[in-house]
Amino acid sequence: MTWARSVRVALGLAAASVVLAGCAGTAGATPGTDNAAGQGETLTVFAAASLTETFTELADRFEEANPGVTVALNFAGSADLVTQIREGAPADVFAAADRSNMVQLSRDGLVDGSPAVFATNTLMIAVPADNPARITSFADLAAPGVDVVVCAPQVPCGAALPALEAAAGVTLAPVSEENAVTDVLGKVTSGQADAGLVYVTDVASAGDSVLGIPVPEADQAVNEYPIAVVAGSERARLGASFARFVTGATGQNVLGAAGFGAP
Amino acid sequence: MTFGVPRWTLILAAVGALFIVLPIVGMTLRVDWSRFGALVTSEAAVAALLLSLRTAAMSTVLCLVFGVPMALALARSRFPGQRLVRAVVLLPLVLPPVVGGIALLSTFGRRGLLGETFEVLGIQIAFSTTAVVLAQTFVALPFLVLSVEATLRASGARFEAVAATLGATPGTVFRRVTLPLVLPGLVAGAVLAFARALGEFGATLTFAGSLQGVTRTLPLEIYLQRETDADAAVALALLLVAVALIVMVATHRPRGLS
Repeated sequence: MTWARSVRVALGLAAASVVLAGCAGTAGATPGTDNAAGQGETLTVFAAASLTETFTELADRFEEANPGVTVALNFAGSADLVTQIREGAPADVFAAADRSNMVQLSRDGLVDGSPAVFATNTLMIAVPADNPARITSFADLAAPGVDVVVCAPQVPCGAALPALEAAAGVTLAPVSEENAVTDVLGKVTSGQADAGLVYVTDVASAGDSVLGIPVPEADQAVNEYPIAVVAGSERARLGASFARFVTGATGQNVLGAAGFGAP
Repeated sequence: MTFGVPRWTLILAAVGALFIVLPIVGMTLRVDWSRFGALVTSEAAVAALLLSLRTAAMSTVLCLVFGVPMALALARSRFPGQRLVRAVVLLPLVLPPVVGGIALLSTFGRRGLLGETFEVLGIQIAFSTTAVVLAQTFVALPFLVLSVEATLRASGARFEAVAATLGATPGTVFRRVTLPLVLPGLVAGAVLAFARALGEFGATLTFAGSLQGVTRTLPLEIYLQRETDADAAVALALLLVAVALIVMVATHRPRGLS
């Protein structure tokens, strides 16, 4: 191959990559273009993973109540969502599973107005359906030989644990500190662990595969879910309207049915 | 000096290399150097690094013990269903890590295929370092098998045949002829297996759990730190990249390069 030809190939490649970049840019800008045209608006909502079922239903209801509006949902761990928004992901509304992630975002100036708490969640013991370690109380979890799995202190479901331990006067020696409440639940449903500490709502959605054992002291460690419009959103008014929808009657009904507590 | 390499391949190679190098550079630019020392020497970070090195070393040994005979069987013998067996052995290469974790859980988990057997034998795998080593070996083994098998095929069976006709037993042939012959591939495979074990994440998370000093390897610690301290996660990520790079540069020599 001659030098001239290799230059042409290189130019061709460069051109191809420009075209590709152009395509990506257009695709990313589509929702905004729709908005400008006054046609259907797309509201992008970033919500904590534990809200997957409730927010999917709420998005449908919101679309019904607001013809022409489409709600695009993105579910992940609250910290992941904070990272994504910081890196410029196009979120209009953010619903977190705890206050601290919302605080982090507002510290970066990325929250519009003040967040509203729309739900609460408390911890509960989940055991495999046949309860192999015969757990009946929080104190049973500290018994020798009982494999207990919890969330790591760094994640919302684990942040509430020290308060619960203090209230119950029991200190646990977990065999694993997981990154997400779904990982805790997975270890319980698979029978790998004897018990796990998860949210009341997780036990409700897990169905027959796990048994939930209430912890009376759990109300000493309540986890609050805040919602806010992301700063710089082009659909701030629509976003605020979605937030009001979640904190309003419809939202509270759907959340309550899934086991969430009222704010 | 290179000969016979068309220029356009060099251009494409450069683009490909940039694709790998740039993200690493991007990550390095995010490092908060004023805190780097403190972040990578924290108690949790050191525990995770030591656990990672220990488990990856154990996994590599297991890969060598089982992988070399596997490569030998695949390269030097013929049996029905050989192609299928090879495909299955290489499966962990393409399985998403979480699938590997689920597979291990349903086999070695407390309620898995072999879980009860192990429990009767008094072997606790659940939430133990053993589980981490199993997960790492599962994903790293194909790298060793692939590398050693390729070397065996490339070297041919001529020397082994000669040794056998001169009266050497199969054991002697293996020790004195086959092993020295495949040593470059063996070392390369072992290094790749170690590096892959070092980076194992999904199967460990699904199967072994996450507890400091027991099951929380460096990748799991990075994932956890990301929740609260992005700087710590980036610092630890760079540490992992550095360790993997040092191991590979120090020991990996492609065949034909002296």
